[in-house]
Amino acid sequence: MPKVVFDEDRCKGCELCTTVCPKNIVVMSKKINAKGYHPATVDEMDKCIGCAFCANICPDTVIEVFKEEKK
Amino acid sequence: MIKVAGRPESLQSKQFHYCPGCTHGIIHRLVAEVMDELGIREESIGVAPVGCSVLAYEYFNCDMHEAAHGRAPAVATGIKRVHPDKVVFTYQGDGDLASIGTAEIVHAAGRSEKITTIFVNNAIYGMTGGQMAPTTLIGQKATTSPYGRSVEAQGYPLKVSEMLATLTGAAYIARVSVHDPQHIRKAKAAIKKAFEYQIAGKGFTLVEVLSTCPTNWGLTPIEALKWLEENMLPYYPLGEYKTPEEVK
Repeated sequence: MPKVVFDEDRCKGCELCTTVCPKNIVVMSKKINAKGYHPATVDEMDKCIGCAFCANICPDTVIEVFKEEKK
Repeated sequence: MIKVAGRPESLQSKQFHYCPGCTHGIIHRLVAEVMDELGIREESIGVAPVGCSVLAYEYFNCDMHEAAHGRAPAVATGIKRVHPDKVVFTYQGDGDLASIGTAEIVHAAGRSEKITTIFVNNAIYGMTGGQMAPTTLIGQKATTSPYGRSVEAQGYPLKVSEMLATLTGAAYIARVSVHDPQHIRKAKAAIKKAFEYQIAGKGFTLVEVLSTCPTNWGLTPIEALKWLEENMLPYYPLGEYKTPEEVK
């Protein structure tokens, strides 16, 4: 199953990633990170399809996307 | 599990100083991803400009050089002529390239210097606080055009890609945008082509990337991408303005 990892302390809360997710699972967290922003996060990771659109538009390289290796 | 997206090796782990939602970060990553894919990180020398991206030398994980305002193509010319086997690129904004550095970029293209320029056009001076740039659109408000840029007082915005594409020395000139994932992919493809043409010794290559400035446009990052799409794309049409096939 694909997995998205957020380096939350790099996030500046611009919310661009929330607009491009085709499954609308990227949301802004309620907590506050070291910079003082609400970082982006994914609550329903099982819905992720690993398209990497969020990582593609992220200006601060916050997001890493992992996928199963094809056999 | 394999990593399909993340920070490329050609980008340092240092955090960008750019404002939230500034597309400079996306463009930095695209250039770094291209360097990774072509395997030229150890062979590349970048020239940083003056402007918001003045600290680009701290972000790219290759050899970097700082240039005086607008003079990056001149510095890159010197580096490329001394090290013709290296891949040399400049990273410049619109205040740097289209205003104070107009002479340098035109003559570097005219001389067909084998360098690649990444030209980030966000239609405003970002670092100095949102003054009108040569690329500011008609009617667009800036701190030095508070009622909007008018044709009578300030004339028309410069179309740099179209202008440089008329020069025989230019090998590859393209304009791309980064306002959605589809266009980000196209932007990366154009940057990759530019580097490949430089390596093949075709001549001067430039990729103009339409970018946003949420802070000085007075918009949220999401609104800024929409503003770019609705206002900048009609005046600055995307596409390849010159490709090496035309070079005789």
